[in-house]
Amino acid sequence: MADENIINSSIAVEEKKYSTLNLGPTHPATHGIFQNVLTVDGELIVHSEPTIGYIHRAFEKLAERRPFYQITPLTDRMNYCSSPINNIGWHMTVEKLIGAEIPKRVQYLRVIIMELARISDHLICNTVIAVDTGALTGFVYLFQFRELIYEIYEEICGARLTTNIGRIGGFERDFPDKAWVKLEKFLKEYPEALKEFENLVKRNRIFMDRTIGAGGISPERALNYSFSGPNLRAAGVDYDVRVMNPYSSYEDFDFIIPIGLNGDTYDRFMVRQEEMWESMKIIRQAVDKLPDGPYFSPNVPDFYLPPKEDVYNNMEALIYHFKIVMGETDVPKGEVYHCVEGGNGELGFYLISDGGRTPFRLHFRRPCYIYYQAYAEMVKGANISDAILTLSSMNVIAGELDA
Amino acid sequence: MDKTYQEQVISIIREKFESDILSVETPYDFLTINFKKENIIDLIRYLYDHSVAKFQYLTTLCGIHYPDARQIAVMYQLHSLVNNWRIRIKIYLPEDNAVTPTLTTLYSGANWMERETYDFFGVKFTGHPDLRRILNVEDMIIFPMRKEYPLEDQTREDKQDFMFGR
Repeated sequence: MADENIINSSIAVEEKKYSTLNLGPTHPATHGIFQNVLTVDGELIVHSEPTIGYIHRAFEKLAERRPFYQITPLTDRMNYCSSPINNIGWHMTVEKLIGAEIPKRVQYLRVIIMELARISDHLICNTVIAVDTGALTGFVYLFQFRELIYEIYEEICGARLTTNIGRIGGFERDFPDKAWVKLEKFLKEYPEALKEFENLVKRNRIFMDRTIGAGGISPERALNYSFSGPNLRAAGVDYDVRVMNPYSSYEDFDFIIPIGLNGDTYDRFMVRQEEMWESMKIIRQAVDKLPDGPYFSPNVPDFYLPPKEDVYNNMEALIYHFKIVMGETDVPKGEVYHCVEGGNGELGFYLISDGGRTPFRLHFRRPCYIYYQAYAEMVKGANISDAILTLSSMNVIAGELDA
Repeated sequence: MDKTYQEQVISIIREKFESDILSVETPYDFLTINFKKENIIDLIRYLYDHSVAKFQYLTTLCGIHYPDARQIAVMYQLHSLVNNWRIRIKIYLPEDNAVTPTLTTLYSGANWMERETYDFFGVKFTGHPDLRRILNVEDMIIFPMRKEYPLEDQTREDKQDFMFGR
């Protein structure tokens, strides 16, 4: 009996050329809940079948029942590594719909916040690439600066991860002094730490051997797959929404768009790394050139919540407060698309309003969702270890993937 | 400049598809073309290959349900990266027979966008290589983004609230 089993199993091994391996849904290296069913030939990936939707929360459906302010927390939970960009992108979409003029100061403050968010997004992604190649130190070392960024958010809006930052028409309050102190601290200390991290990793033989040539994609394929953001730029296409369709006064700042050549893991890493330096430059310029003026737009009283003191002491303000929170203000009918350069690429909001208190339809163009479908093609023929690196260097955020 | 780009794109389209254009709008300076559903793939292929227009980037694709007209619209948003032109093309399909050819032949990126549209609106894209549900569970029998499905399941019996209603 035992002999028979051995014989059977040995035959089975010979016949079975490929084996199936589940990468995920919960695997420490996938950084989020999504599954890949890999067909492997030894170490090489023959075929990969991604399954997503594990944390699908029906944001587009939920948004059809919510007034505009209540949609902001939903956008937080998409790309939670850079939620301020999502919040501000959504607020700008509504502002476009209602035709609000935004003061210069607000636009500059928004640029500062969005670039901080971009840094925190890229910081996590890049240090995690290093972790996946075995270098944990950089991750732990740079994490304190993400903490500092979160403290800056905290000073401004009170929240850290899911920020719900800003209002339609501006900010809830002007940046407090503490926020500026912390921002200066960040601008002073972060470059040194980032430089150290770069020195650790950039020319490191092990890191280069692991990443160069792994998970590459050609610019033609990347465009055909509608890539955007750092992943597209790593392939050599200089498409950046901040430059192509400037919003929030990005045209006032001097910065370059770094691009890669091969679209591989190393290029994606380097593009993100350079973008952090560029973001630092933008923040510096925005802080130096920050104009005076109001921190909110005075001409959208129907959407910008009145000051808290007035709400407590003044009946009109109280009425307005409730009206706005419950979404009882009139919105124009219309169809509007607004996109911002999110941490991962073109984050678009397609909003159709029928004049009601909630959107008739709201569609999020989520960069992750769109470029993750190329993963199967990118890892075909690669090693399993390369597939892990490709995944982390594409910066697939489960929240944004599944909406 | 903006006006000229919209006129330019429209004239490019009119050269070949004059009779298929239902209407043209520019809400918030964004060129929107309502198009007949039959020739949509030909139109997009034409814009893709056109020597000037070069709409070679599919920004997004989504469904919209218009319950009053009993129609489901499919919105294609294209971007010409060379010229930085963006257009939106909408086709309208009948609610009970929402079938349209796939765009995956032209853009690989349309694959999951179409799967999402199928998943939520039930639009069948003929010729799609792998038209399955993507974000919802596979045994779901409805298309949840259609307007007839309210946010909460109205047939639920475990949660009854006679006093305040739902």
